[in-house]
Amino acid sequence: MPSNRFNAHTDYGIGIGLRIPHYQHIFDKKPVVDWFEIISENFMVGGGRALAHLDQILERYRVVQHGVSMYFGSAEPLNRDHLRRLKALIKRTRTPWLSDHLCWGSVDGTYSHDLLPMPYTFEAAEVTARKVREARDFLEVPIAVENVSSYTEFHMSEMTEWEFLNEVVEQADCGILLDVNNIYVSSRNHEFDPYEYLNDIPAERVAQIHIAGHSKFQKYILDTHDHPVIDPVWKMYEHAIRRVGPTATLLEWDDRIPSFEEVHAEALKAEKHLHAPALVTL
Amino acid sequence: MTLLEVQRRMANAIFQPLTRSDRMAGGADAEFIKPNNRLTSLERLEIYNRSYWFRILDSLYDDFPGLRAVLGERDFRRLSRAYLADCPSRSFTLRDLGSRLEDWLQGNPQYAENRHALALDMVRLEWAHIEAFDSASEKVLVPEDLLELDADFRASLQPYVRLLALRYPVDDLRIQVNRASEDRGTASNTALKLKHRTMTDRVARSKRERIFLAVHRVDDTVYYRRLAIEEYLLLLALQYGRCIGEAIDLAFKNTSPSIDEQQSMLTTWFAAWAQLGWLCPSQSTKERMMQ
Repeated sequence: MPSNRFNAHTDYGIGIGLRIPHYQHIFDKKPVVDWFEIISENFMVGGGRALAHLDQILERYRVVQHGVSMYFGSAEPLNRDHLRRLKALIKRTRTPWLSDHLCWGSVDGTYSHDLLPMPYTFEAAEVTARKVREARDFLEVPIAVENVSSYTEFHMSEMTEWEFLNEVVEQADCGILLDVNNIYVSSRNHEFDPYEYLNDIPAERVAQIHIAGHSKFQKYILDTHDHPVIDPVWKMYEHAIRRVGPTATLLEWDDRIPSFEEVHAEALKAEKHLHAPALVTL
Repeated sequence: MTLLEVQRRMANAIFQPLTRSDRMAGGADAEFIKPNNRLTSLERLEIYNRSYWFRILDSLYDDFPGLRAVLGERDFRRLSRAYLADCPSRSFTLRDLGSRLEDWLQGNPQYAENRHALALDMVRLEWAHIEAFDSASEKVLVPEDLLELDADFRASLQPYVRLLALRYPVDDLRIQVNRASEDRGTASNTALKLKHRTMTDRVARSKRERIFLAVHRVDDTVYYRRLAIEEYLLLLALQYGRCIGEAIDLAFKNTSPSIDEQQSMLTTWFAAWAQLGWLCPSQSTKERMMQ
């Protein structure tokens, strides 16, 4: 049974990110994995090895697309060429939903290739929600937006990050990809209570959850995806599951990538929390 | 301040080149960023400024190993910073980051000094390599399609085939660079130093030699195939949409092999292209085949 109307894929269980260093292991050993998340942009090409590998994966596994450059929050319009290529990939993967970030990354046609933080204003929420709706209408697939980790805040912000997220998803009527690690990272960088964030998001809109590791520096925390998940993040994950119900969960590990078995074992630790009893609200 | 205004201000700060010590330049506009009790506004912006530059510099570094070998690491770094400051990314994918490098280097020879021509050839080869790796492939012309082959027949080349006329044999150099990088994981430090010296010597010894090259792929791996000048001209003419008869005339315009020799060359080339799957129907041929 789906936990909520944006989460029709409770059966997806626990997935991991599809990464090149693991290809040989996956093709040779054919491990049992609930699903793989791919970075859409890595496969938005005309042909060649990337697509050949993807087709091999699709023969055996379920794949969900996750994007890094739609930039819903950029003030400029959506890139039509990008959307057309994305739609072609969606036809290939038949992804049941598609996610990208609640951020901006390009201005006047120049790209930062980063997930830049939004100023939390009503204007920004309106622009972002409109672009999410436009993308969904063109791509004809449900969209979930992911909260990013951030290192700056703007004087001009008119609300908290979670209020901004709520504003966008309500106006766009879309799902949320809740990145629990990003909430933890931002909460430490900006000194807010991560549980206030978790308790305030509309549980019925959470379509997927991300977990990951990060790196601590002297004055801030960086979202590096190069470590195991730390205990405080697992605790937050359990809290999130208790609020939103069993939800497709994915471990991100993008740098200093260990063996497939190590990444998969880390992801499967989520099993312990995935069916935690629901929180009772009085 | 509107959303567009704040994004332009932040982008200006982030895209600003780093100092020689890889820090954010002082005096950047950071007033719109809130400080906290650990970091100033500028320090918070600097996290994004540095990560932007490290990301794009790393990407260019990975895409042009041959150019690195030609210039050396220090000059390659200098060139990368100047190029990326002049030509920031205009594409959603980092794959396209080097797409304007050839044009830029043409206009900025000072970044390659006396190795300018060699560096330019290497850039052409390495960009062609990127294009050959993941460009689309079309349906291949099969022998039955060639039954009606006459002088007016138009064939096209697979989109992943790139044709290059070069002044240096950079294909050999690039293959050498690949081998050296494959060895890096296993060789001892002494062996690596020796290989590095060998590579530097090879670059220094590179002699001008006119070569014609097809950069293509087989089973998803990129290969370089040397071509005779006539073969290169014929393929180029086909790529530009000329019919077979015109393409053959153009190919042999400046050389005069005997009819028998010409016949033999054409038979060999067409057989090789068919085996490699390089030929595909041109738009007009596709339309004719549909009728």
